[in-house]
Parts: sequence; structure tokens; C-alpha cells
Amino acid sequence: MAAIQLHNVIKRYGKGPKANQVIHGVSAEVQDGEFVVIVGPSGCGKSTLLRMVAGLEEVTDGTISIGGRVVNQLEPAERDIAMVFQNYALYPHMSVFENMAYGLKIKKVPAQEIKTRVDKAAQILELGALLQRKPRELSGGQRQRVAMGRAIVRQPQVFLFDEPLSNLDAKLRAQTRLEIEKLHRELGITSLFVTHDQVEAMTLAQRMIVMNAGRMEQFGTPEEVYHRPATTFVASFIGSPPMNLLERAPGIPQGLVLGVRPEHLRVVPSDGWRMRVQTIEMLGAERLVYGHLAGDADGQGGEWAILRMHETETPPALGESLLVAPLQDRVHWFDASTGLRRDDV
Amino acid sequence: MMIERRPVLDFVAHVVLIVGVCVVAFPVYLAFVASTQTASQIATSHPMSLLPGDNLVNSYRLALWGGKVEGGGTIAPGWPMLWVSFVTAMSIALGKIAISLLSAFAIVYFRFPFRGLVFWLIFITLMLPVEVRIGPTYEVVSDLKMLNSYAGLAVPLIASATATFLFRQFFLTVPDELAEAARIDGAGPMRFFKDILLPLSKTSMAALFVIQFIYGWNQYLWPLIVTTSEDMYPIVLGIKRAIFGEIYVEWNVVMATAILAMVPPALVVILMQKWFVKGLVDTEK
Repeated sequence: MAAIQLHNVIKRYGKGPKANQVIHGVSAEVQDGEFVVIVGPSGCGKSTLLRMVAGLEEVTDGTISIGGRVVNQLEPAERDIAMVFQNYALYPHMSVFENMAYGLKIKKVPAQEIKTRVDKAAQILELGALLQRKPRELSGGQRQRVAMGRAIVRQPQVFLFDEPLSNLDAKLRAQTRLEIEKLHRELGITSLFVTHDQVEAMTLAQRMIVMNAGRMEQFGTPEEVYHRPATTFVASFIGSPPMNLLERAPGIPQGLVLGVRPEHLRVVPSDGWRMRVQTIEMLGAERLVYGHLAGDADGQGGEWAILRMHETETPPALGESLLVAPLQDRVHWFDASTGLRRDDV
Repeated sequence: MMIERRPVLDFVAHVVLIVGVCVVAFPVYLAFVASTQTASQIATSHPMSLLPGDNLVNSYRLALWGGKVEGGGTIAPGWPMLWVSFVTAMSIALGKIAISLLSAFAIVYFRFPFRGLVFWLIFITLMLPVEVRIGPTYEVVSDLKMLNSYAGLAVPLIASATATFLFRQFFLTVPDELAEAARIDGAGPMRFFKDILLPLSKTSMAALFVIQFIYGWNQYLWPLIVTTSEDMYPIVLGIKRAIFGEIYVEWNVVMATAILAMVPPALVVILMQKWFVKGLVDTEK
């Protein structure tokens, strides 16, 4: 069991003036036994950050410690971690048993104990019948479980997951998500989980790190991230469809951005912004209504906004003008120039 | 794939293939027939009979173990030459595989200074076959007192840019995550090489072995230069020696020796065929 501390971690590729800095000083503390998800768009540096914790990338500056021990200079094998890769990285010529046992064999764990540990992991993951198979004889979901099994048998202090679910189909992904959650509940091992999928992040995380362009935008529980996004980036990245960010609608002070989620925008009889309906998407339980807010008489020139309506509400007609207003206690304010949350408005 | 039944095309295709097989097989058949006749039968009949004679056992006995012939000449035994060829071809094939695997491993997985330069130097030697560098190579081998030895026959032919390039290409297709997973499992570089890369390269190694064994077996010019003692002659040189410099050529023995010289490479191809197919089918890494 171990906590992970990141202190002002910086990653630069190359040296001198041509150096390309991809992580700009990330500091975070993951508590012992916590499940933390790192989420962000592709290219935001989330995988690089995870690979630095694993020891697969060098840390340019700052320190990473696991269980109170600075690991910057340690080989991956010495950091007491286990990692699950996106493509699983199973050894193709070894059986499932050998794949799971390989790390222990190198550590010179006695054969009897290897067998006990592998059997136990296989039992947890329901791989018992597949131990003698080769990876190519397994389905995607089974390979994924073998990759997890390989991590479990090491009995590490930290699990690192690098988008382990993105090669699975939607149904299997939901199922495996539940399995990972159950596994974490049972084993209680500190876990860092990288994904670009906000649903995975929201459902799995005890706390989540939202990253953008090599910076940590917010570190908090899914509730905090959803209800109190720290920046306009977090506001627009988390939540689907994204939060409406309005600058020019009437009543918004200069230099501020008003954020309101589509589900918190309501049709009102009077005293609202005029919205001309341009497109309606039917999603089953709800409808998404797209339109321009507070434009001219034709609805042109205003800001694009999305309104989420429950399926039982009467849908508007295309081209209709609605009056809409945000729920007052669900409004978020941001600084227009820095994008930071403003709670003083 | 489109499958069509066109009798005329089928017929033409078969004719072409059969003609092709005959062109390749006829000289081999001729050699075999000649090896079953006596030297005088071959010398006196014009053209030579295309039916097997009754001298098969005698020809092959002479070819393998040597001895006196009717004409008064002496035939040198062939089996020591077959042995020399075998040892040389094996050393070349295995040596090439070992050296190329290691150099490809270094080039693909290590970031050492002048890595690019080293790769290009190896690559450039592709353009320099043995024949081009034969003078200086002979000088080196002779200075190292390696003339008339297995080392002299094999070592200069072991370095191989082709094989290094082949393994490099193969290693580049192995996903990086495998190396990373091995690192996390605690495998050092050589352990990763031995436990992961070698087993994965098995089929490439088999394919390369066949090609390089035949390459080593068929060497002619290089053995001709570095061997002066008869007990270090490979079989290919033996055939040539039996033809030239003799007043009366024992063609049946020469042909028997030629057939014997063909057997080991043919066996290597036939026995390793299974691996080729496996290499073609097993594309998963």
C-alpha cells in the first residue's frame, strides 16, 4: 500500500532552446488505496505522466515518490508497480500461465508460490480454464483480463492503467469497468487510471485529474469536477453535451463567461434569452435542442447554445423562437481572459 | 479471389509448368543416370544412354570412399569433403544468425552514440560481396594464420548486412509495449532478448538458416583461395578437382559426387519447409 506524490513534475523532450516541454509542472498527491483517474483529450500528456510514474519515461524535473520513496532514478521493476497497457502487451509465445508468472520467475519467487499466486489471480478473474492457452487463442476481453492478472500476481503497491478499456467494444467496456471497480474494492491497491473517456473517468474515479495541454486543470472528486469546474476547459470537457459558455448574451458583465449545462437551461414564459431553434436531436430519453441565443430577429449572429429537454416535454418546432433562462443556482462564472472559475460574482 | 473454370487456360498453365519442371529436372536426371553407368559406357556411347545403368553402387562407393579405378587413376574420397562443406555451411549459417540477431538488437533497442552511422556502415557493406573484397580479406586471413582451417573458410563470410537488416525490420514490428512490459516485469536487456525476442524470431531464423546454409554450401571462389591442403577442400571444390587435371575423367564418379553434394541442401529445404509455412501463417506478434 502506498501513496503517490507528484511534485512539480516537468517533462521536456530534447535540450536547449529547441526543447519541447509537454508537461508543465504537475503536483498532486494520490492517497493510499485511492483510485485516481487522469482524464484529458489526446495529446494532453496524461499517458506521459503515467509513464513517468511507471519509470518508462525519464522525469525532466520535479520528483515522483511512491510510498514516501523518491523513485525518479529507479528502474520500473524496482518501483513496486504493475501496469496494464492499452494493447495488453502479452507475450505472444507464452501461455496465459507463463505470461502471469514471468515477472515472478525473474524475481526468483519459488515455483510453488508462483503457482499459488497465479491460481488465485486466475480465480479472481475467472481465467482458470484458460491458463494453458496462448494469447492469440483468447478474445479481446480475455486478453484484457490476463493483462490484469499479470498485474495482480505481482502484488504491487500501485496499479497503473493506460487506457486499458479502449480496445474493447462498448458492452464489454461497461462490464470490465465494473470488474475493475470491484477489484479495487477487494484489493484496495492505489491505482492511477488514464483515459480519454469521461464516462470511464466519472464512474471509476474516487478523485480525478483533468489535464489539458500538459497542465493539471483540476484535481477533485467527480462531483466537484461536475458541479464546480475549475476552468472553462474542465467545464466544456466534462459533461456531454458540453456546458454552454456564454459571453455576449444580455446580462453577462464584461470580462466574464457564464457557464450553464444544457440540462440546466429551461424554457421560460418570460424574462429569458431568445433562442431560435436550428436543430433537434432525439436521443431516446431526451432531446437536444440547438440554436443561437439572443441573435437578431432571424436568430443569426448570436452564441450557439444547447438545451436538453426531457422526452416528455413538448418539443419545439424547427425555426421556432423560444425564451430560455438558466437555473439560477446552477450557473458557473469564469474569467474571460484566464478561463478560471470566479466564485465572487 | 475469383475462381473460374477455363479448361483451355488450365491446359496452357499445365503445359508451361511441366516444361519448366523438365528444364530444371532434366540436368539432375542426367547426372543421376550418368552416376549409374560406368565411365567407359559414358565415354563410348554417343549420345549417352538416358536409361539408368547397373553401376550405381560402385559409383557411389567410389565417390564416398575413393579408391583405384580401371584407368589407373585414384579417386579421392568424397565424405571428408562433404563433412568440410557441412561444418563450413553450418558455421556460416549459425554464425550469421547469431551475429545479425545481436547487431539488430543493438541497433533497434539501444540509443548509443553514432547509432545511425553504425547502421549505415552495416548497410553499405551490402554493396560489397566477398568477391570485391577478396584480396584484402585473404591478406587478413593469411596474416591471422587461418588458411586451411574451418575458421578461415567460415569467419570472413559470417558478417551479414542482409540478415542484420532482416532482423532489424522484424524487431521494428515488435510492439514497444512488449519491451516495456518486460522492463516492468524486471527483465534486463539480455533477458528480454533471450526470453521474448528470440522465441518471437524463430520463424525468421529458420528462413534465414535455409538461405544461408545453401549460400555457405555453394561457396566456391573463397574456399578455392584459402584452402591449399586437400583435407580442407569442400565438396564443390572436389567436383571441380575431379574434372580438371585428370587425363581420363571418371564421369560416373563425378556425377555421383554432384548428386551427393545436392542432397544436404535439398534436405535442409525439405525439413525446414514446415517452418516457412508456419512463418507465413503465424503473423501475430
